[in-house]
Amino acid sequence: MKILVCIKQVPQKDAPLKLNEAGTWIREDVPYEVNEPDAYALEEALQQKEKHGGEVVVITVGPPRSQQVLREALAKGADRAIHLADDSFVTLDAVSTARAIAVAIEGQSFDMIFTGLQSDDYGFAQTGVLLAELLGWPHATIIIGIEKTESGLRLKRELEAGQYQWMDMPLPCVLTIQSGINKLRYATLMGIKQARNKPLQQLTRTHLEGKLGTNLQTIERLYVPTKQKTTEMLQGSPTEIAKKLVDILRNELRVI
Amino acid sequence: MPETILVLAEQQQSKLNRVSLETVAAAQAIAKETGWQVEIAVLGHDIAAIEEELAAKKAAKVYAIESPQLAAYTSDAYVHVLKEFLAGRQPKLVLMPHTYQVRDFAPRLALALGKTVIPDAVGYKYENGKLLFTRQMFQGKFAADVSFSDAGPLWMATFQNAAFRGDAAEVGTAPVETLQVTVPDGVIRVQPHEIFREARQAVDLSQSEAIVAVGRGIKEQKNLAMAEELAKLLGGDIAASRPICDAGWLPLDRQVGSSGQTIAPKLYIALGISGAIQHIVGMKGSRTIIAINKDAEAPIFEIADIGVVANLFDIVPPLMEEMKKVKAGAY
Repeated sequence: MKILVCIKQVPQKDAPLKLNEAGTWIREDVPYEVNEPDAYALEEALQQKEKHGGEVVVITVGPPRSQQVLREALAKGADRAIHLADDSFVTLDAVSTARAIAVAIEGQSFDMIFTGLQSDDYGFAQTGVLLAELLGWPHATIIIGIEKTESGLRLKRELEAGQYQWMDMPLPCVLTIQSGINKLRYATLMGIKQARNKPLQQLTRTHLEGKLGTNLQTIERLYVPTKQKTTEMLQGSPTEIAKKLVDILRNELRVI
Repeated sequence: MPETILVLAEQQQSKLNRVSLETVAAAQAIAKETGWQVEIAVLGHDIAAIEEELAAKKAAKVYAIESPQLAAYTSDAYVHVLKEFLAGRQPKLVLMPHTYQVRDFAPRLALALGKTVIPDAVGYKYENGKLLFTRQMFQGKFAADVSFSDAGPLWMATFQNAAFRGDAAEVGTAPVETLQVTVPDGVIRVQPHEIFREARQAVDLSQSEAIVAVGRGIKEQKNLAMAEELAKLLGGDIAASRPICDAGWLPLDRQVGSSGQTIAPKLYIALGISGAIQHIVGMKGSRTIIAINKDAEAPIFEIADIGVVANLFDIVPPLMEEMKKVKAGAY
């Protein structure tokens, strides 16, 4: 099985984010990490390769700093990496991102492409589905189980409100992977060492010349959301706060 | 003829997904401001009851698109049928609920038409003749007003659960037009099987009056004991955001959010939960929300009634001490 995993670098979950002066994007000087569902997608690819053999290739579309997530993926066991690198890629919409990936993998015959189900920054939840349309492949979203069958794959899809569904899917296909499908591994020292010698292909914007198109949607402004409620913020020492909370629980809410 | 807003209502197993009515309400609200008209379409097989229900809403028309091949949902059939339908009718705007099913086919449908979907909007703005959709970004830390780069038609957007009130959808009498369609052999490449639930949910959190929910801020599995003790003192139950269940620290039936349970207890205490959209849709109906989080910017504070910016491990132990004193009648 030859598997491509699309991963993305996003701001760390607890990083304090600030708006840029124009109010169009965040200030970029924050710590980054791999988008969490993408880490599960990578792990799933590595486990499929361990079961069935083959190759795991990771790809990211992002500024030079995002090479870090490829290095980490190589250290965890991916065989090679492709980096579509340009500062301007931060503002690509989902369609353009999918187009960029499709161009980068032209001529390489993958059996499966995995993405995380959505990213923590834009939260489009679209790139994988769009890539399937560009390639003309079938796809399935929010996958929490993958078994190989004689004719293709048997997939477990998560639906809403605790429901699930099995489905049969031919190859090649695109799957968007839900967090929690597996247990993530850590990179080993040996893995980190080996990663240095693994191929990392760099592609630039010129490689995509004329193939991206323009963004079909525009962020007019980014801002801190307006509050839906008035929140009473409690101040003081931990003991003072604890006393205030107990007073509220007892006298206002009457739950104790 | 005015421009048209087409609502794609969702059904599964011949039952209308109630969130569709929220989308109808959203479309009616936009139509009022823009002077456009609302139409509704629903796909499926054996869906007469759904057509009837939708026809009782205020709309210019209801399209029932029927085929035995639409009995079970597949993205392949939905994209095929809707591409043809939308290309023929060219509505200005297509609105859908942001469900798992819509997420599965809508991006692909839009691209097949050379268009885009603005996903997961929580509202809209109509400013100087320009339609903007407001959506959350960076896990709810920011909101963005997003526009379509082209002039339409076939703008497409999805609305998050509970962004509008379904019971606010205006009633009326809409004519129903039934379209019998066929899906050619070979279009459907996947074979969906029955929808099922895992072994019966052990806990029904929706019956609980007090919930103590933990997120990443709980740090380690062993710290759950503290949250459990707090829940016990309140006579309530422990719950969690998705990452805690993904890590296997609590079973999946304790998960609150879009992929877990939806609850509305009297009291919801969020410990170390940042408040990602997927979690908030599951608990924002709670009567009183108390949030304790060390990050003052955490989106959970947007919807909290009482907020404490602090390390939960500094607050919860003295809180439980005080609660025990009160319970023992010390005051």
